[in-house]
Amino acid sequence: MIRVAIAVFAVLAVLPLLGLPDYFMHLGIATLLVALSCTGWALMGRFGLVSFGHGAFIGIAAYTMALLWNDVGLSPWIGLPAGVALAVAAAALLAYPCFRLRVVGHYFALVTLAAGEIVRILIVALRDHTGGSLGMTPRLAPDHAVVAMQFGKQGFWWIALVAWGIGIFAWWRVDRSMSARALSAIGEDEDAAAAVGIRVTREKMAITLLSAGLAALGGALGAQYRLYLNPETLAGIGVSLQIVFGALAGGMYSMLGPTVGAAFTTALEEILRVAFGTAFIGAAPLIYGILLVLFIQFLPRGIVGWFDRRR
Amino acid sequence: MEGAVLRLEGIRAGYGDFQALFDVGLTVSPGEAVGVVGPNGAGKTTLLRVISGMLRPKAGTARFGETDIAATPAHVLPAVGIAHVPENRRLFPHLTVEENLKVGAYIPAARKRFAERCAYVYDMFPRLKERRHQLAGTMSGGEQQMCAIGRALMCSPRILLLDEPSAGLAPLVVAQVFELVLRIRGEGLTVLIVEQNVAQVLRVVDRAYVLDAGHVVAEGTSAALAADPAIRSAFLGGH
Amino acid sequence: MDPFLLEAIVNGILLGGVFALPVLGLNLVFGVVDVVWLCYAELVMVGMYCVWFLYTQAGFPLALAFLTCLPVVGLLGLLLHQLVVRPLLNSPPITQVLATGGVIFVLQGSAMLAFGTDFRSLGVEMPPIEVQDIFISGTKLVAFVAALLGAGALWTFLKFTYVGTAIRAIARDREVMPLMGVDPKRIYMVASAIGGGLAGLAACLLVVQLDVHPYIGLSFGPITFMICVMGGLGNMLGGFLAAFLMGVIVSTGGFWWNTEMSYVVAFACFIVVMFARPRGLFAR
Repeated sequence: MIRVAIAVFAVLAVLPLLGLPDYFMHLGIATLLVALSCTGWALMGRFGLVSFGHGAFIGIAAYTMALLWNDVGLSPWIGLPAGVALAVAAAALLAYPCFRLRVVGHYFALVTLAAGEIVRILIVALRDHTGGSLGMTPRLAPDHAVVAMQFGKQGFWWIALVAWGIGIFAWWRVDRSMSARALSAIGEDEDAAAAVGIRVTREKMAITLLSAGLAALGGALGAQYRLYLNPETLAGIGVSLQIVFGALAGGMYSMLGPTVGAAFTTALEEILRVAFGTAFIGAAPLIYGILLVLFIQFLPRGIVGWFDRRR
Repeated sequence: MEGAVLRLEGIRAGYGDFQALFDVGLTVSPGEAVGVVGPNGAGKTTLLRVISGMLRPKAGTARFGETDIAATPAHVLPAVGIAHVPENRRLFPHLTVEENLKVGAYIPAARKRFAERCAYVYDMFPRLKERRHQLAGTMSGGEQQMCAIGRALMCSPRILLLDEPSAGLAPLVVAQVFELVLRIRGEGLTVLIVEQNVAQVLRVVDRAYVLDAGHVVAEGTSAALAADPAIRSAFLGGH
Repeated sequence: MDPFLLEAIVNGILLGGVFALPVLGLNLVFGVVDVVWLCYAELVMVGMYCVWFLYTQAGFPLALAFLTCLPVVGLLGLLLHQLVVRPLLNSPPITQVLATGGVIFVLQGSAMLAFGTDFRSLGVEMPPIEVQDIFISGTKLVAFVAALLGAGALWTFLKFTYVGTAIRAIARDREVMPLMGVDPKRIYMVASAIGGGLAGLAACLLVVQLDVHPYIGLSFGPITFMICVMGGLGNMLGGFLAAFLMGVIVSTGGFWWNTEMSYVVAFACFIVVMFARPRGLFAR
């Protein structure tokens, strides 16, 4: 799989040099960043740690970065790591008690859902700083584009690609580590795993922090690219579920699965948007939802999982 | 209801790749009391599960009267007359005694006769009547066993399957339970008991099969089995 | 006591009554079928549109609109089970939950297609009732009473009928049910239909207080889940009590800060409770 990933990376690195139309560049960047978030989520999801609150981490990272730039003038190059660090800290704050107190399964999923909602509501409540539901935009600085991390599509393509690559690299490393086996064991039977000497809380914490960090990175970069932040699209149950679905549709058990899923859902949304435009509002989510349900029923291991089976 | 013959032939059954029963056959005629004995893991519980429909056999035939058990959904079998008191009782601990009996009377025919059957069960188990509004989970092991048997009797079964009724019970209570089995028997109900406590069960049944590692290794009247030295040494220890 | 605070508490209890119905429905389905209907709030949304449509567009009397809504959403619950949940009963629990999550989009999209994104109001207004200096929302009071009646009817059904007793039994031990002639598939269907019906009843109560729009589920959905988990997933009584507790927290939080922050407080309380009692305040 890693070889496929490297090949994909190489191809994507070269692609912009061939002169792609802006529209496809845009879709490509969006897909890569969503893929990063999905990959991050799947690092937890594949081991049974299902979170419905990854939007919380995205929201925290994105808004931290944007607010540091707008209010303090701190370059996103610093603001981004700061935001991601803050998101990871939040994840730690949430996950540690959960894992210590054995909040698992449905309960864990719903606790994360609450976290996502809290962040969303907080962003809305602090509207004087964040612009609330209307959203906010990072201060435009065309003269200092590099410092402001406000590149055009060309520049962002490589940023997105590198970020995506980080996610894939992280997956690869996790896969080859003892942690993957440990987490697998934990997923099957936590007590048995503990009895064998696996440091359950520590393993779960590690993968959670990694997962949150990657997802936050993807989401924050997405916000920076679009130069627009909105609590609905960066926090809350909506975006959290979209990440989950992306990972699921592509296949959350394989390295490139979430990427395939992100590409699929992005393409699907685009097709539906173009097909229906402003007419038949509602047709897009309706079809999206039906496809989701069908996917879950017939392709539970996602697109990649289906191909794997056939081999 | 008229009696019906329970007949199993060539039953192969198991869980996933694990096969628990190999070519098992047995017959229980109306009014008989038959036992199935054998060590732990012999497949005794699996056998009862096949009969009550909880497990589908991979091969063989299982008939109760005219009904092909393997081809009938499990929840239809009580109406056909098969009642199974599962291993470990499996009462509903958060429901009262009477509510447990009520679930036992779920099938339409039993609902109509609920009051009558309730009276019958309470008559047989006066202690249950005293505790009819008590949560089943708070009762002692012996009382729970009585409740479980009572629950199975609520649907007026033609055959009663008892899975290890003595499990986890003190010897005095075990004796009481088997006294009850004798009494149920005496009223004409067909009984199939699976048990590890060979000594006790041979006292209440007419015939028994010996099951070991999924195979029927012996069969005979209880007198014959009790006298058989091989059986005695294998299961009756020094008794 | 400050009359405004008292008013907030009373209104909070009344609010709890409104939360209680979806919580009961969710817990019923979870307890019986072992699935969390992520789209439960959207079922309520459909019910609200149903009442709105029948009353304002089709000229039904309000009472008839209410009565029609119940079986409509009940049927929707049943369909949800048969088409979405049942095929996945042997899959990992999380896929079942996610499938119901997909239905969120299906229902939101359908509502948008059918009725557009405008906010729809029932246009029914009830004046506040004044009791000794405090103002109680008239609509909330009626909703509260109706919720209690609904809960009472549910309790009676579960306690005294054969099917209801079987529902209570199956929540604890699924495997053994066929031995008593109970077909678990049928019980799931009944529970799903009732779950839907309760969502319909909740819809009737909410539609007189809130304007309906396709995304309204997002405003009360998450908090409904919080309440369920706080009371212990599957625990009907626990959820019922937790609903009132949450209602009071939200209402008094709104009194001290504003409505938005009160929800933050409520969610934060939820997280704290989860850490204190991971299985819920009144775990099974």
